[in-house]
Amino acid sequence: MEHGAPMLEVFGIWFNLSNVMMLTIAALIVFLIAYISTRKLQLKPTGMQNFMEWIMDFVKGIINSNMDWKDGGRFHVLGITLIMFIFVSNMLGLPFAIVVNGDLWWKSPTADPTVTMTLAAMVLILSHYYGIKLKGLKGYAGGYIKPMKFLFPLNIIEEFANTLTLGLRLYGNIYAGEILLTLLAGLASAGAFGFASAIVPMMAWQGFSIFIGAIQAFIFVMLTMVYMSHKVADDH
Amino acid sequence: MFFDHLVLGATGEFLNIGDILATLVIFTLLMVLLKKFAWGPLMGVMQQREDLIKSEIETAENSRLESQKLLEEQRSLLKDARTQAQEIVENAKKQGEVSREEIITTARAESGRMKEAAVQEIANERDKAISAVREEVVALSLLAATKVLGKEISEEDNRQLINETIAKAGEVQ
Repeated sequence: MEHGAPMLEVFGIWFNLSNVMMLTIAALIVFLIAYISTRKLQLKPTGMQNFMEWIMDFVKGIINSNMDWKDGGRFHVLGITLIMFIFVSNMLGLPFAIVVNGDLWWKSPTADPTVTMTLAAMVLILSHYYGIKLKGLKGYAGGYIKPMKFLFPLNIIEEFANTLTLGLRLYGNIYAGEILLTLLAGLASAGAFGFASAIVPMMAWQGFSIFIGAIQAFIFVMLTMVYMSHKVADDH
Repeated sequence: MFFDHLVLGATGEFLNIGDILATLVIFTLLMVLLKKFAWGPLMGVMQQREDLIKSEIETAENSRLESQKLLEEQRSLLKDARTQAQEIVENAKKQGEVSREEIITTARAESGRMKEAAVQEIANERDKAISAVREEVVALSLLAATKVLGKEISEEDNRQLINETIAKAGEVQ
Protein backbone atom coordinates (compact mmCIF):
# COMPACT_ATOMS: atom_id res chain seq x y z
CA MET A 1 0.00 0.00 0.00
CA GLU A 2 2.52 2.58 1.07
CA HIS A 3 4.77 3.29 -1.85
CA GLY A 4 7.90 5.32 -1.87
CA ALA A 5 8.73 8.03 -4.34
CA PRO A 6 11.67 8.18 -6.71
CA MET A 7 13.51 11.15 -5.24
CA LEU A 8 16.49 12.83 -6.84
CA GLU A 9 18.63 15.64 -5.53
CA VAL A 10 20.04 18.15 -8.00
CA PHE A 11 22.05 21.05 -6.61
CA GLY A 12 20.39 20.61 -3.22
CA ILE A 13 16.91 20.72 -4.70
CA TRP A 14 14.79 17.61 -4.34
CA PHE A 15 12.82 16.35 -7.32
CA ASN A 16 10.11 13.71 -7.20
CA LEU A 17 10.90 12.16 -10.57
CA SER A 18 7.47 10.55 -10.73
CA ASN A 19 5.83 13.97 -10.51
CA VAL A 20 8.15 15.44 -13.09
CA MET A 21 7.52 12.58 -15.48
CA MET A 22 3.75 12.58 -15.04
CA LEU A 23 3.53 16.37 -15.38
CA THR A 24 5.51 16.14 -18.60
CA ILE A 25 3.31 13.35 -19.91
CA ALA A 26 0.14 15.26 -19.05
CA ALA A 27 1.48 18.39 -20.69
CA LEU A 28 2.47 16.40 -23.78
CA ILE A 29 -0.94 14.79 -24.08
CA VAL A 30 -2.73 18.12 -23.70
CA PHE A 31 -0.43 19.74 -26.22
CA LEU A 32 -0.86 16.94 -28.74
CA ILE A 33 -4.65 16.94 -28.41
CA ALA A 34 -4.80 20.70 -28.83
CA TYR A 35 -2.17 20.82 -31.57
CA ILE A 36 -3.63 18.04 -33.69
CA SER A 37 -7.17 19.28 -33.39
CA THR A 38 -6.27 22.78 -34.50
CA ARG A 39 -4.29 21.86 -37.59
CA LYS A 40 -6.90 22.32 -40.29
CA LEU A 41 -8.83 25.27 -38.97
CA GLN A 42 -11.97 26.07 -40.90
CA LEU A 43 -14.71 28.61 -40.62
CA LYS A 44 -17.14 25.71 -40.73
CA PRO A 45 -15.67 23.56 -37.96
CA THR A 46 -15.59 19.79 -38.15
CA GLY A 47 -14.54 16.99 -35.84
CA MET A 48 -12.00 17.87 -33.20
CA GLN A 49 -12.17 21.58 -33.97
CA ASN A 50 -15.76 21.50 -32.76
CA PHE A 51 -14.64 19.90 -29.53
CA MET A 52 -11.88 22.47 -28.97
CA GLU A 53 -14.27 25.30 -29.70
CA TRP A 54 -16.73 23.80 -27.26
CA ILE A 55 -14.04 23.83 -24.57
CA MET A 56 -13.19 27.43 -25.38
CA ASP A 57 -16.81 28.46 -25.20
CA PHE A 58 -17.24 26.50 -22.00
CA VAL A 59 -14.36 28.33 -20.30
CA LYS A 60 -15.60 31.59 -21.78
CA GLY A 61 -18.94 30.87 -20.13
CA ILE A 62 -17.21 30.28 -16.78
CA ILE A 63 -15.37 33.60 -17.07
CA ASN A 64 -18.46 35.47 -18.21
CA SER A 65 -20.44 34.19 -15.25
CA ASN A 66 -17.89 35.86 -12.94
CA MET A 67 -16.80 39.09 -14.61
CA ASP A 68 -16.91 41.32 -17.65
CA TRP A 69 -15.30 39.95 -20.77
CA LYS A 70 -13.11 43.06 -21.03
CA ASP A 71 -11.62 42.20 -17.65
CA GLY A 72 -11.78 38.43 -17.96
CA GLY A 73 -10.74 37.95 -21.57
CA ARG A 74 -7.09 37.92 -20.53
CA PHE A 75 -7.68 34.79 -18.40
CA HIS A 76 -9.17 32.81 -21.27
CA VAL A 77 -5.93 31.08 -22.25
CA LEU A 78 -5.08 30.38 -18.60
CA GLY A 79 -8.54 28.91 -18.05
CA ILE A 80 -8.49 26.61 -21.09
CA THR A 81 -4.98 25.38 -20.33
CA LEU A 82 -5.85 24.79 -16.67
CA ILE A 83 -9.03 22.87 -17.33
CA MET A 84 -7.42 20.60 -19.94
CA PHE A 85 -4.23 20.08 -18.00
CA ILE A 86 -6.02 19.23 -14.76
CA PHE A 87 -8.56 17.00 -16.49
CA VAL A 88 -5.88 15.03 -18.32
CA SER A 89 -3.79 14.82 -15.13
CA ASN A 90 -6.79 13.48 -13.22
CA MET A 91 -7.41 10.86 -15.87
CA LEU A 92 -3.81 9.64 -16.03
CA GLY A 93 -3.94 7.76 -12.72
CA LEU A 94 -7.17 5.92 -13.50
CA PRO A 95 -6.23 3.07 -15.82
CA PHE A 96 -3.27 1.79 -13.80
CA ALA A 97 -0.48 2.62 -11.40
CA ILE A 98 3.08 1.56 -11.97
CA VAL A 99 5.32 0.72 -9.06
CA VAL A 100 8.98 0.04 -9.71
CA ASN A 101 11.18 -1.19 -6.83
CA GLY A 102 8.67 0.07 -4.30
CA ASP A 103 8.62 3.51 -5.89
CA LEU A 104 5.32 4.76 -7.33
CA TRP A 105 6.05 6.03 -10.84
CA TRP A 106 2.75 6.18 -12.72
CA LYS A 107 -0.02 8.12 -10.99
CA SER A 108 -2.01 11.29 -11.44
CA PRO A 109 0.29 14.28 -10.98
CA THR A 110 -2.65 15.94 -9.26
CA ALA A 111 -2.61 13.21 -6.62
CA ASP A 112 0.38 15.00 -5.12
CA PRO A 113 -0.23 17.96 -2.78
CA THR A 114 2.92 19.74 -3.92
CA VAL A 115 1.66 19.92 -7.50
CA THR A 116 -1.87 21.00 -6.67
CA MET A 117 -0.71 23.53 -4.09
CA THR A 118 1.71 24.96 -6.63
CA LEU A 119 -1.09 25.39 -9.16
CA ALA A 120 -3.34 26.93 -6.50
CA ALA A 121 -0.64 29.30 -5.27
CA MET A 122 0.17 30.25 -8.84
CA VAL A 123 -3.49 31.13 -9.47
CA LEU A 124 -3.77 33.16 -6.26
CA ILE A 125 -0.50 35.01 -6.87
CA LEU A 126 -1.66 35.77 -10.41
CA SER A 127 -4.90 37.14 -8.99
CA HIS A 128 -2.93 39.47 -6.70
CA TYR A 129 -0.75 40.51 -9.60
CA TYR A 130 -3.70 41.35 -11.84
CA GLY A 131 -5.49 43.02 -8.94
CA ILE A 132 -2.62 45.46 -8.53
CA LYS A 133 -2.15 45.84 -12.28
CA LEU A 134 -5.77 46.61 -13.07
CA LYS A 135 -6.94 48.52 -10.01
CA GLY A 136 -3.74 50.12 -8.82
CA LEU A 137 -2.05 49.61 -5.48
CA LYS A 138 -4.63 51.74 -3.72
CA GLY A 139 -7.62 49.94 -5.16
CA TYR A 140 -5.97 46.60 -4.45
CA ALA A 141 -5.23 47.49 -0.82
CA GLY A 142 -8.73 48.91 -0.45
CA GLY A 143 -10.09 45.46 -1.27
CA TYR A 144 -8.92 44.23 2.13
CA ILE A 145 -11.18 46.52 4.13
CA LYS A 146 -14.32 45.72 2.21
CA PRO A 147 -17.12 45.65 2.98
CA MET A 148 -16.12 46.87 6.47
CA LYS A 149 -12.88 47.81 8.20
CA PHE A 150 -13.04 45.27 10.98
CA LEU A 151 -13.16 42.46 8.41
CA PHE A 152 -9.50 43.10 7.55
CA PRO A 153 -8.15 40.08 9.48
CA LEU A 154 -10.78 37.84 7.96
CA ASN A 155 -9.84 39.02 4.47
CA ILE A 156 -6.21 38.19 5.16
CA ILE A 157 -7.14 34.74 6.42
CA GLU A 158 -9.40 34.28 3.39
CA GLU A 159 -6.47 34.68 1.02
CA PHE A 160 -4.57 31.83 2.67
CA ALA A 161 -7.69 29.74 3.10
CA ASN A 162 -8.50 30.16 -0.59
CA THR A 163 -5.07 28.96 -1.60
CA LEU A 164 -5.17 26.03 0.77
CA THR A 165 -8.68 24.87 -0.12
CA LEU A 166 -8.17 25.32 -3.85
CA GLY A 167 -5.09 23.10 -3.84
CA LEU A 168 -6.14 20.55 -1.24
CA ARG A 169 -9.63 20.02 -2.67
CA LEU A 170 -8.17 18.85 -5.96
CA TYR A 171 -5.45 16.81 -4.27
CA GLY A 172 -7.86 15.17 -1.82
CA ASN A 173 -10.37 14.11 -4.44
CA ILE A 174 -7.84 12.64 -6.81
CA TYR A 175 -5.65 11.06 -4.13
CA ALA A 176 -8.63 9.43 -2.45
CA GLY A 177 -9.73 8.05 -5.79
CA GLU A 178 -6.34 6.54 -6.41
CA ILE A 179 -6.11 5.05 -2.91
CA LEU A 180 -9.39 3.27 -3.41
CA LEU A 181 -8.37 2.10 -6.88
CA THR A 182 -5.12 0.75 -5.42
CA LEU A 183 -7.04 -1.11 -2.74
CA LEU A 184 -9.43 -2.58 -5.29
CA ALA A 185 -6.53 -3.56 -7.53
CA GLY A 186 -4.90 -5.29 -4.55
CA LEU A 187 -8.13 -7.18 -3.93
CA ALA A 188 -8.44 -8.13 -7.58
CA SER A 189 -4.93 -9.56 -7.67
CA ALA A 190 -5.45 -11.57 -4.50
CA GLY A 191 -7.13 -14.54 -6.24
CA ALA A 192 -10.04 -15.65 -8.40
CA PHE A 193 -12.63 -14.84 -5.76
CA GLY A 194 -11.04 -11.49 -5.08
CA PHE A 195 -11.01 -10.68 -8.78
CA ALA A 196 -14.66 -11.57 -9.17
CA SER A 197 -15.69 -9.47 -6.21
CA ALA A 198 -13.48 -6.53 -7.17
CA ILE A 199 -14.32 -6.11 -10.83
CA VAL A 200 -17.76 -4.53 -10.38
CA PRO A 201 -16.75 -1.95 -7.73
CA MET A 202 -13.58 -1.32 -9.72
CA MET A 203 -15.56 -0.38 -12.84
CA ALA A 204 -18.01 1.66 -10.81
CA TRP A 205 -15.25 3.55 -9.03
CA GLN A 206 -13.33 4.20 -12.23
CA GLY A 207 -16.46 5.61 -13.82
CA PHE A 208 -17.05 7.72 -10.77
CA SER A 209 -13.43 8.86 -10.80
CA ILE A 210 -13.79 10.04 -14.38
CA PHE A 211 -16.78 12.06 -13.23
CA ILE A 212 -14.85 13.37 -10.20
CA GLY A 213 -11.87 14.24 -12.36
CA ALA A 214 -14.01 16.25 -14.77
CA ILE A 215 -15.90 17.97 -11.97
CA GLN A 216 -12.69 18.85 -10.11
CA ALA A 217 -11.13 20.33 -13.24
CA PHE A 218 -14.27 22.41 -13.73
CA ILE A 219 -14.34 23.49 -10.07
CA PHE A 220 -10.68 24.45 -10.11
CA VAL A 221 -11.15 26.70 -13.13
CA MET A 222 -14.44 28.06 -11.79
CA LEU A 223 -12.84 29.01 -8.45
CA THR A 224 -9.82 30.43 -10.26
CA MET A 225 -12.12 32.79 -12.09
CA VAL A 226 -14.06 33.59 -8.91
CA TYR A 227 -10.86 34.58 -7.10
CA MET A 228 -9.66 36.54 -10.12
CA SER A 229 -12.93 38.44 -10.28
CA HIS A 230 -12.67 39.25 -6.56
CA LYS A 231 -9.45 41.04 -7.27
CA VAL A 232 -10.11 42.39 -10.74
CA ALA A 233 -13.77 43.26 -11.12
CA ASP A 234 -15.26 46.50 -9.80
CA ASP A 235 -18.44 45.05 -8.36
CA HIS A 236 -18.46 42.31 -5.71
CA MET B 1 7.33 19.04 11.30
CA PHE B 2 4.18 20.18 12.98
CA PHE B 3 1.80 19.07 10.21
CA ASP B 4 3.58 15.86 9.37
CA HIS B 5 0.87 13.58 10.68
CA LEU B 6 -1.68 15.35 8.43
CA VAL B 7 0.22 14.99 5.18
CA LEU B 8 -0.87 11.97 3.23
CA GLY B 9 1.81 10.38 1.15
CA ALA B 10 4.46 12.76 2.40
CA THR B 11 7.74 11.53 1.17
CA GLY B 12 10.18 13.02 3.60
CA GLU B 13 11.17 15.70 5.99
CA PHE B 14 11.74 18.22 3.22
CA LEU B 15 9.76 20.38 0.86
CA ASN B 16 9.91 19.32 -2.78
CA ILE B 17 11.16 22.58 -4.21
CA GLY B 18 11.99 20.68 -7.38
CA ASP B 19 8.39 19.57 -7.85
CA ILE B 20 7.17 23.11 -7.39
CA LEU B 21 9.62 24.38 -9.97
CA ALA B 22 8.80 21.54 -12.34
CA THR B 23 5.06 22.18 -12.04
CA LEU B 24 5.46 25.90 -12.66
CA VAL B 25 7.84 25.48 -15.56
CA ILE B 26 5.90 22.72 -17.25
CA PHE B 27 2.57 24.46 -16.85
CA THR B 28 3.87 27.83 -18.02
CA LEU B 29 5.62 26.25 -20.96
CA LEU B 30 2.47 24.33 -21.89
CA MET B 31 0.41 27.49 -21.68
CA VAL B 32 2.80 29.51 -23.84
CA LEU B 33 3.13 26.75 -26.45
CA LEU B 34 -0.61 26.17 -26.59
CA LYS B 35 -1.26 29.87 -26.96
CA LYS B 36 1.17 30.02 -29.85
CA PHE B 37 0.19 26.80 -31.62
CA ALA B 38 -3.39 26.02 -30.68
CA TRP B 39 -5.42 28.65 -28.83
CA GLY B 40 -4.12 31.58 -30.83
CA PRO B 41 -5.06 30.22 -34.26
CA LEU B 42 -8.31 28.78 -32.92
CA MET B 43 -9.29 32.09 -31.35
CA GLY B 44 -8.37 33.80 -34.61
CA VAL B 45 -10.66 31.51 -36.55
CA MET B 46 -13.46 31.97 -34.06
CA GLN B 47 -13.03 35.74 -34.24
CA GLN B 48 -13.00 35.51 -38.01
CA ARG B 49 -16.21 33.53 -37.95
CA GLU B 50 -17.76 36.02 -35.58
CA ASP B 51 -16.84 38.86 -37.94
CA LEU B 52 -18.12 36.90 -40.91
CA ILE B 53 -21.45 36.23 -39.22
CA LYS B 54 -21.70 39.86 -38.19
CA SER B 55 -21.07 41.06 -41.73
CA GLU B 56 -23.44 38.44 -43.12
CA ILE B 57 -26.17 39.62 -40.79
CA GLU B 58 -25.50 43.18 -41.82
CA THR B 59 -25.64 42.25 -45.50
CA ALA B 60 -28.85 40.34 -44.99
CA GLU B 61 -30.36 43.27 -43.16
CA ASN B 62 -29.29 45.62 -45.94
CA SER B 63 -30.66 43.46 -48.70
CA ARG B 64 -33.87 43.04 -46.74
CA LEU B 65 -34.22 46.81 -46.51
CA GLU B 66 -33.41 47.16 -50.18
CA SER B 67 -35.94 44.56 -51.23
CA GLN B 68 -38.47 46.26 -48.98
CA LYS B 69 -37.75 49.50 -50.77
CA LEU B 70 -37.99 47.86 -54.17
CA LEU B 71 -41.25 46.21 -53.21
CA GLU B 72 -42.63 49.54 -52.08
CA GLU B 73 -41.50 51.09 -55.35
CA GLN B 74 -43.02 48.32 -57.42
CA ARG B 75 -46.22 48.56 -55.49
CA SER B 76 -46.54 52.29 -56.10
CA LEU B 77 -45.64 51.76 -59.76
CA LEU B 78 -48.32 49.12 -60.04
CA LYS B 79 -50.80 51.42 -58.40
CA ASP B 80 -49.89 54.20 -60.82
CA ALA B 81 -50.23 51.87 -63.77
CA ARG B 82 -53.60 50.72 -62.53
CA THR B 83 -54.82 54.28 -62.10
CA GLN B 84 -53.52 55.14 -65.52
CA ALA B 85 -55.24 52.17 -67.10
CA GLN B 86 -58.47 53.13 -65.38
CA GLU B 87 -58.11 56.64 -66.74
CA ILE B 88 -57.45 55.40 -70.24
CA VAL B 89 -60.47 53.14 -70.14
CA GLU B 90 -62.54 55.96 -68.77
CA ASN B 91 -61.33 58.30 -71.49
CA ALA B 92 -61.97 55.75 -74.19
CA LYS B 93 -65.48 55.24 -72.88
CA LYS B 94 -66.12 58.96 -72.89
CA GLN B 95 -64.63 59.26 -76.34
CA GLY B 96 -66.80 56.44 -77.57
CA GLU B 97 -69.86 58.06 -76.11
CA VAL B 98 -69.04 61.33 -77.81
CA SER B 99 -68.37 59.77 -81.18
CA ARG B 100 -71.54 57.72 -80.94
CA GLU B 101 -73.54 60.85 -80.33
CA GLU B 102 -71.79 62.50 -83.23
CA ILE B 103 -72.38 59.62 -85.57
CA ILE B 104 -76.02 59.41 -84.60
CA THR B 105 -76.49 63.14 -85.08
CA THR B 106 -74.72 63.06 -88.42
CA ALA B 107 -76.74 60.09 -89.55
CA ARG B 108 -79.92 61.72 -88.46
CA ALA B 109 -79.08 64.91 -90.29
CA GLU B 110 -78.07 62.95 -93.35
CA SER B 111 -81.23 60.94 -93.37
CA GLY B 112 -83.29 64.09 -92.90
CA ARG B 113 -81.51 65.68 -95.76
CA MET B 114 -81.97 62.65 -97.94
CA LYS B 115 -85.65 62.48 -97.08
CA GLU B 116 -86.08 66.09 -97.96
CA ALA B 117 -84.25 65.59 -101.22
CA ALA B 118 -86.41 62.62 -102.02
CA VAL B 119 -89.59 64.55 -101.23
CA GLN B 120 -88.36 67.35 -103.44
CA GLU B 121 -87.57 64.93 -106.19
CA ILE B 122 -90.95 63.28 -105.85
CA ALA B 123 -92.66 66.65 -106.07
CA ASN B 124 -90.60 67.57 -109.09
CA GLU B 125 -91.34 64.30 -110.77
CA ARG B 126 -95.02 64.68 -110.00
CA ASP B 127 -95.11 68.17 -111.46
CA LYS B 128 -93.24 66.95 -114.47
CA ALA B 129 -95.55 64.02 -114.86
CA ILE B 130 -98.60 66.20 -114.48
CA SER B 131 -97.42 68.66 -117.06
CA ALA B 132 -96.50 65.81 -119.36
CA VAL B 133 -99.93 64.29 -118.92
CA ARG B 134 -101.46 67.67 -119.47
CA GLU B 135 -99.59 68.08 -122.70
CA GLU B 136 -100.51 64.62 -123.77
CA VAL B 137 -104.16 65.33 -123.02
CA VAL B 138 -103.99 68.54 -124.99
CA ALA B 139 -102.46 66.74 -127.89
CA LEU B 140 -104.99 63.98 -127.69
CA SER B 141 -107.85 66.43 -127.33
CA LEU B 142 -106.53 68.39 -130.23
CA LEU B 143 -106.29 65.29 -132.26
CA ALA B 144 -109.72 64.26 -131.26
CA ALA B 145 -111.14 67.71 -131.92
CA THR B 146 -109.43 67.83 -135.25
CA LYS B 147 -110.87 64.54 -136.07
CA VAL B 148 -114.26 65.68 -134.94
CA LEU B 149 -114.18 68.95 -136.70
CA GLY B 150 -112.54 67.47 -139.65
CA LYS B 151 -110.67 70.59 -140.14
CA GLU B 152 -107.77 72.02 -138.72
CA ILE B 153 -107.91 75.21 -137.00
CA SER B 154 -104.86 77.08 -136.06
CA GLU B 155 -103.05 75.03 -133.71
CA GLU B 156 -102.27 77.99 -131.57
CA ASP B 157 -105.86 78.90 -131.09
CA ASN B 158 -106.74 75.41 -130.40
CA ARG B 159 -104.17 74.92 -127.83
CA GLN B 160 -105.18 78.02 -126.02
CA LEU B 161 -108.76 77.03 -126.08
CA ILE B 162 -108.12 73.59 -124.84
CA ASN B 163 -105.85 74.71 -122.12
CA GLU B 164 -108.47 77.00 -120.84
CA THR B 165 -110.97 74.25 -120.89
CA ILE B 166 -108.71 71.94 -119.01
CA ALA B 167 -107.91 74.58 -116.45
CA LYS B 168 -111.58 75.11 -115.93
CA ALA B 169 -112.18 71.47 -115.70
CA GLY B 170 -109.35 71.26 -113.16
CA GLU B 171 -110.93 73.97 -111.09
CA VAL B 172 -114.29 72.33 -111.25
CA GLN B 173 -112.83 69.11 -110.24
